[in-house]
Amino acid sequence: MNLHEYQARDLLMKAGVPMFEGGVAATPDEAEAIARKLGRAVVVKAQVHTGGRGKAGGVKLAATPAEAREHASRIIGMNIKGLTVEKVLVVPAADISTEAYVGLIMDRETQRPVYMVSAAGGVDIEEVAATTPEKITRLPVDPVYGLLPHQALGLALTLYQDYPKVKAAARIMQQLWTAFTANGASLAEINPLVTTPDGEVLALDAKISIDDNELDRRPDLAQLRDDSAEEPSEVAARAAGLTFIKLDGNVGCVVNGAGLAMATMDLVKYYGGEPANFLDIGGSSNPEKVVNALRIITSDPAVKAILFNIFGGITRTDDVANGIKTALEQFPVQVPIVVRLTGTNEKEAVRILEGIGMTALGDMDEAVSRVVALAREAA
Amino acid sequence: MSIFIDRSTQLVVQGITGRDGGFHAKQMMEYGTNVVAGVTPGKGGQKFEGKVPVFHTVADAIRETGANASVIYVPPAGAASAVMEAADAGIKFIVCITEGVPVMDMTRVMPYVRSKGARLLGPNCPGLITPGESKVGIIPGNICAPGRVGLVSRSGTLTYEVVHHLTKNGIGQSTCVGIGGDPIIGTNFIDCLRAFQDDPATDAIVMLGEIGGTDEQQAAEFVAEHVTKPVVGFIAGQTAPKGRRMGHAGAIISGSSGTAEEKMQAFEAAGIRVMKRPVDVVELVGGKA
Repeated sequence: MNLHEYQARDLLMKAGVPMFEGGVAATPDEAEAIARKLGRAVVVKAQVHTGGRGKAGGVKLAATPAEAREHASRIIGMNIKGLTVEKVLVVPAADISTEAYVGLIMDRETQRPVYMVSAAGGVDIEEVAATTPEKITRLPVDPVYGLLPHQALGLALTLYQDYPKVKAAARIMQQLWTAFTANGASLAEINPLVTTPDGEVLALDAKISIDDNELDRRPDLAQLRDDSAEEPSEVAARAAGLTFIKLDGNVGCVVNGAGLAMATMDLVKYYGGEPANFLDIGGSSNPEKVVNALRIITSDPAVKAILFNIFGGITRTDDVANGIKTALEQFPVQVPIVVRLTGTNEKEAVRILEGIGMTALGDMDEAVSRVVALAREAA
Repeated sequence: MSIFIDRSTQLVVQGITGRDGGFHAKQMMEYGTNVVAGVTPGKGGQKFEGKVPVFHTVADAIRETGANASVIYVPPAGAASAVMEAADAGIKFIVCITEGVPVMDMTRVMPYVRSKGARLLGPNCPGLITPGESKVGIIPGNICAPGRVGLVSRSGTLTYEVVHHLTKNGIGQSTCVGIGGDPIIGTNFIDCLRAFQDDPATDAIVMLGEIGGTDEQQAAEFVAEHVTKPVVGFIAGQTAPKGRRMGHAGAIISGSSGTAEEKMQAFEAAGIRVMKRPVDVVELVGGKA
């Protein structure tokens, strides 16, 4: 789960990381009031779950409260990479001497959190990583011991020569570790970590992603989720226990299991169609999930045909068939449905579908080529 | 022969009295897996299905039954400690089916499991099956058949789809292993490739990967250097959209975008024959095993 910058700032500041005090505004009025209270030049920053905000015009410098208001009115409601900006963060503009990068990420390969630190921070850090990887210091940390003081110092020494700054940066490294582990993060990033002309070391921007598996045991983190920051159909799907991602095609897909769902989308493409979505109904299917899945998919007017691809294991295919039956009784589905199912309780499933005048196919390739043809006819 | 499990596997089921644990314990017993014990703290002394003794701890189960492998169906909050309990008790092969284990927990579990000389498969995986001998986990036994193709996969139902094609076309399997898709897992592609390469009962290997991360690229390098048996590969997610990405750390750490295209290229460069569709496995493996 991605956090907004203002939420990530709260978690870092709670761990002691030095940052400018600022405020979050949902209206231009609020943005102006925050700027006035800060009493100096500010930066107005779009709060959306994506990178590249600055390049999209979602980060603006304002010399006066009136200017902050003007920027906020333009940025709130702006669309950045398909996401609508609901809020802006208003923070003091900094006088910057140097920009460094500090990231902490859960690494698959070392199976540990790994620090990545570079004196060459800022928006072009990926370019730095690609062309001059030696400018990035990496340090895997043993979670049993945490970041040891000498390790924090070693990382800080790669950023600064001046000892007071080194000490300040070492403290920030430790605080980042605290924020990361205390919040079950999979990513915590400060970019840039800046020094000011008076020698202060400050975090100017913060990004944190929380491991979704933490949310069950951490209701305090779960309530940070911002549904308005996501596609509404994806939010509805999550509430129904489904994993759903909307795409641009016209073949709706209902599949059990993420790997098979992706392979099904790939096969739709292989036979010349375009998938309208990724939808995984998960392992233990109950008919209600299938009803919800159909409701979500049919609410997309672009969908011209729907494919069910169910390989029964834990998922009982008769549950899925009952779900289709119930859905068709509850609301009209105007587009053709092709059902492929095999595995657990297949015979019963076929009988249920035949009872409502539907046939079930057993072969994935046959089902996909048929649904692609139907979508093409209807388009 | 096979990898990781066979006829000699004596299994303890952690969480046997739970809904999922009970259901799958029964399925495994029906398949012929030697389920010798169950563990649920507080339910020691009971009998599961009237015959399998239930113990409070894994240590008790080992002492009384000689169990040498464990499968875990406990809820996410208790999964990490269940794995460590099994390792501490001396189990050398532990399979964790549980989905939703916090990754932070796994960073502590893995060094512990290694220090005990144990192997963990999973978490969040379907387990594995050596057809005709033993099944540990949730892979449906009826779609598999004994034979000489080893299969390793990151996903569940996609595995079933590919195994189904093999079996339908008379191509049996030595062992099918689902390694799971979590960020930190106990057994990866390379561990399975090495085991299949060393297994005299395996003639060819099928590897099913997905987008994300660089595990498949590393596996491809391993194949190029160490695997002499024919390998067939598939990557799911060729049409998956590029996600909106937060932060730079992910790209920096992997040095890769993790796309299907990149992975398929790595496969081809390593001499792995790439399936475009699940059904292609039949033609590409046919005659090799």
